[in-house]
Amino acid sequence: MDSFAMVFTIFVLAAFIGFEVIAKVPPTLHTPLMSGSNAISGIILIGALLSAGAQHTWLTAGLGFVAVVLATINVVGGFMVTNRMLEMFKRKD
Amino acid sequence: MSSGLVNIAYLVAASLFIFGLKGLSHPRTAVRGNQLGALGMLLAIVITLVDQSIIGYEIIIAGVVIGGAIGAILAVRIQMTSMPELVALFNGFGGLASILVAGAALLEVPYLVGSGSVALNAQFSLSIFASGLIGAVTFWGSLVAFGKLQGKVNDGAVRYPADQLVKILLAIIALVFAYLMVVYPDSSTPYWLMVAVASVLGILFVIPIGGADMPVVVALLNSFSGLAAAATGFVLFNTVLIVAGTLVGASGIILTIIMCKAMNRSLTNVLFGTFTVTEGGPSADEVYGGKVKSTSAEEVAMLLEGAKRVCVVPGYGMAVAQAQHAVRELFDLLEGNGTVVEFGVHPVAGRMPGHMNVLLAEADIPYERLKDMDEINPSFKQIDVTIVIGANDVVNPVARTDPDSPIAGMPILDVDYSKTVIVIKRSLSPGFAGIPNPLFAADNALMLFGDGKKAVEDMVKSLKDELG
Repeated sequence: MDSFAMVFTIFVLAAFIGFEVIAKVPPTLHTPLMSGSNAISGIILIGALLSAGAQHTWLTAGLGFVAVVLATINVVGGFMVTNRMLEMFKRKD
Repeated sequence: MSSGLVNIAYLVAASLFIFGLKGLSHPRTAVRGNQLGALGMLLAIVITLVDQSIIGYEIIIAGVVIGGAIGAILAVRIQMTSMPELVALFNGFGGLASILVAGAALLEVPYLVGSGSVALNAQFSLSIFASGLIGAVTFWGSLVAFGKLQGKVNDGAVRYPADQLVKILLAIIALVFAYLMVVYPDSSTPYWLMVAVASVLGILFVIPIGGADMPVVVALLNSFSGLAAAATGFVLFNTVLIVAGTLVGASGIILTIIMCKAMNRSLTNVLFGTFTVTEGGPSADEVYGGKVKSTSAEEVAMLLEGAKRVCVVPGYGMAVAQAQHAVRELFDLLEGNGTVVEFGVHPVAGRMPGHMNVLLAEADIPYERLKDMDEINPSFKQIDVTIVIGANDVVNPVARTDPDSPIAGMPILDVDYSKTVIVIKRSLSPGFAGIPNPLFAADNALMLFGDGKKAVEDMVKSLKDELG
């Protein structure tokens, strides 16, 4: 199997898992789901770290730096605000 | 570290994301689920940082510190009523990051090909194209959505002549640049020109969509931000980017479909359709003329005192008026008086999926009392008093009765079946659909005109007097 077919297989299987898992999230938690998935899409940080860290040219390092800032906002902000919301949903007795 | 080990660590991170999302299937397990997701992210980041191709950490540390501080401040400071804006902004940041990472990868082509980590072929160029295209549409579309949610951009449905044609034309131009990217795979020029075209496309894509359709747009852009990350995963041949991005893509698409179903409209209709205000329907005067009964907070308090079962139906108006804490006070008083209080939440109430639930949770309403549409609808006949706060189209019985109405067939909350309906609203002005609501003139309906928060506070005050 060539490498493109392989990553494409991963993509399709991940889509199936995503649909299965997320279809079970109740409407009450749809907003935390969105902010939580914001945080997960901050995974682009991985790509940004590689560009910012490899520093092949000043330009790639600069693009990487801005991308690191943006993606970190998503990761840190996303997980924190989701946590803040979900704590409110916890039963308070 | 060997690439085999790195890939195993990425697999563990991806699994943690899946377990994390699974945790979101119940409020009890959700906090832990979110923490698992964060753990997965931490693992993926640490593993990437020990990668041998990273030679300097100064830029990374500076970026993480700045981004982390901004993210933390936003997360702590944001008001729950503004969550739709924050999510729109985060969607946009994800899109912009994808554009930049793909653009950097293109500049790194001589090094990447040299090290054998990518091959300069059509797949590589098209993956970069997809990252830039989806990223740019997401970024600019999200900024427009953010502006509309903030009220800084016209939140009506902005139309102009030949608007669909302009968008199709821009999409074709973007495809021409995609072709040029494949022909000149190591040139950055076609890429950045394509990003410019896609940026205009992103703006024009969201501009014509009205405020009440924002839940669909925010959900769709959420999906796009994930897909942009997945596309970048194809560029870098990075599995964790592909899996995580795709999970988010799937999540956003599911939410988009749910929102569309809740409005009985197709996605195409929301995105490109004209939500036409039909001519010839009954006018406001015909529907309301002499039949609308206005009430006072004191009268409502008397009704509530004797009620066994009360349902509150919140809408965007509750968010605007920040009335959720006043509603909580009313909830406590009524529960203390032996009344069962439930909340009927329509899927598209508010400006994003689950918007109302978050506001009510913020006000400490137990989540068991938040009922979705299918759950609450069969109970309305047994409910003594339903209080509608700032909702209109989602409780308009015309959706059931008039097949020619623009909202015909849209699932609604059947509040008109309850014994008495109190509608808290500033005026009789129509909702987003632009049609009068016969509910306001129904025999069992009473209008309480005024600001949502003030009205509920007055009700609380009167009820306190009533209960002594």
